[in-house]
Amino acid sequence: MLEKALVGTKRYYGLLAILAGLFALGFLFYLKQLNFGLGITGLSRDVSWGFYVAQFTYLVGVAASAVMVVLPYYLHNYKAFGRVTILGEFLAVAAVTMCITFITVDLGRPDRILNVLKYPTPGSVLFWDMIVLNGYLLLNIVIGWNVLECERHSVAPPKWIKVLSYVSIPWAVSIHTVTAFLYAGLPGRGYWLTAIMAPRFLSSAFAAGPSLLILLCLLVRKYSKFDPGKEQIQTLAKIVTYATLINVFFFMCEVFTVFYSQLPDHMAHFQYLFVGLDGKTQLVPFMWFALVGMTIAGLFLVNPKLRKNETTLAALCGLVIITTYIDKGLGLISGGFVPNPLEQVTEYWPTVPEAIITLGVWAMGFLILTVLYKIAVSIKEEVKS
Amino acid sequence: MGIDRREFIRIAGLSTLLGLGGTGAFELLAPGRVEAEIIPALGSLKAKRWVMVINQKELDDNTAQQCAAACHRVHNVPDFLNPPDAKLKLNPAVAHRYQVKWLWTEHFHNAFPGDAPAHMAEKVEHMNFLVLCNHCQNPPCVRVCPTKATFQRDDGIVMMDMHRCIGCRFCMAGCPYGSRSFNWRDPRPYVKENYPGYPTREIGVVEKCTFCAERLAQGLQPACVETSRGAIVFGDLEDEKSEVREYLRKYFTIRRKAHLGTNPQVYYIV
Repeated sequence: MLEKALVGTKRYYGLLAILAGLFALGFLFYLKQLNFGLGITGLSRDVSWGFYVAQFTYLVGVAASAVMVVLPYYLHNYKAFGRVTILGEFLAVAAVTMCITFITVDLGRPDRILNVLKYPTPGSVLFWDMIVLNGYLLLNIVIGWNVLECERHSVAPPKWIKVLSYVSIPWAVSIHTVTAFLYAGLPGRGYWLTAIMAPRFLSSAFAAGPSLLILLCLLVRKYSKFDPGKEQIQTLAKIVTYATLINVFFFMCEVFTVFYSQLPDHMAHFQYLFVGLDGKTQLVPFMWFALVGMTIAGLFLVNPKLRKNETTLAALCGLVIITTYIDKGLGLISGGFVPNPLEQVTEYWPTVPEAIITLGVWAMGFLILTVLYKIAVSIKEEVKS
Repeated sequence: MGIDRREFIRIAGLSTLLGLGGTGAFELLAPGRVEAEIIPALGSLKAKRWVMVINQKELDDNTAQQCAAACHRVHNVPDFLNPPDAKLKLNPAVAHRYQVKWLWTEHFHNAFPGDAPAHMAEKVEHMNFLVLCNHCQNPPCVRVCPTKATFQRDDGIVMMDMHRCIGCRFCMAGCPYGSRSFNWRDPRPYVKENYPGYPTREIGVVEKCTFCAERLAQGLQPACVETSRGAIVFGDLEDEKSEVREYLRKYFTIRRKAHLGTNPQVYYIV
């Protein structure tokens, strides 16, 4: 099937060239980071995780959201999603690959990454994160590839693929739960020390991931002969609607607990993010935009007229993607580190090299996504004719 | 031909997997061995549980700064704010980001956040508290480390193996005291004088106070204790006759964020 990735239109090659170029640029800056150290980023003693870890966290959510197409299809026999499961699975493959790359890029000593296997430490959540992420990557490659191959030859997928598909459902939940546990079990970080962290991660994932999938479906329809389907997009839209609203609700639950209990070391982080602390207000406009934007997007999506119109749907999905990205990317990581455990405020903002490396990893991910989608769409077109 | 290409790749892949698993198995069979192990010399200081009592009443500001300086000198801790060579001078904000601190001073409301009353003894309000790694009995940093690069010794010291650390900085997120530093850039040009008794660090690893494990192994007290003119005592919590136990019996002490359940092993007399 790989041969399908090698032939395409000029536009396809052009897109690949642009993505490869951005990836190469990011790689050059990464070489600089390897040489100088992570000091080329905006990270500090006080805010020791930043942009890279934020992208990682966000993309784990995108990857996990493949379950939103796999689950209805395999557990509820919702036939319509049969057309798009492959798109969900291949999106997961690209997203998990980016996750693993972001973690590697964030390491001070990437040359020692295999120490995690050499000295396995089951007490560390990071150890489990490594296992679930790599496992999920493998599952989606194997399932996606085999199902597509079977579709091409018009045969039913073998039974073991079905078993793996069932396994991939709780596995998807596990990758985001374990990622939330990276944060939610640390005694000194009030912003993260909350049992609703994993549920919030899942709700924002199931809002952002299917939103991205809707946009990708619309693109696929526009630029290929394969139509993922109106019904499919509308079902995804309903998932986005309620996941977004649940995400806002979970956030409000958190706000209630923190501000009604008045625990200072929990409130301080919210104060920093939404009103500023010690005169440091860098993230305030972003956080308000995220919160208000997410709420508006959720409420507007409830309205069937706005949801059924694919133009407004696409715009609202875009808003969901941006607002959840700000909330989970910028806010979650910085917010957890500011103020520091000594209640001092050091702000964080990514540097240019850091942003270019980040862009490079995204380009790599979208390169993988483009190639995989090209294969999937070509097979679908072939089967149709 | 004996094997075809497919078979060869299969065998090669399997043996690689076994090879990786094999190293893991060795670690399981002989746990606790680390690359940078300190072998105690004859006459080394030993304890069941090392603890530190800092008598802030006896510690003047000057001595506190000298303690921090002594610690940083014998551990080759870089000084990004005041580099030895003026040409290396960094923008203060950048120097602040890169900072490496093992032992430093903080005011009460930073060292003990949430515990400061609105009106407190003036002397205490302006007092410089020496802060460092608390060598928690229940250390979150050890719990989160994915490679056991930070680990707890039998005598309670929370140690760092900087040769094993992958630089993921999970321990920095885990530490509720902000006691850990990362080498964001090559620290060596910023080390004032190279002290031969302790290695300098490479980029990309985390470091922190080790209760001077390397000095204890030579029969020496920690550098800060030696410099403190008696304001810091160090000893075995399990030994009833030790000076630290004597202090803990005699004075009321407080610890930083003890409510977090980390059981910090640095005690303060205020």
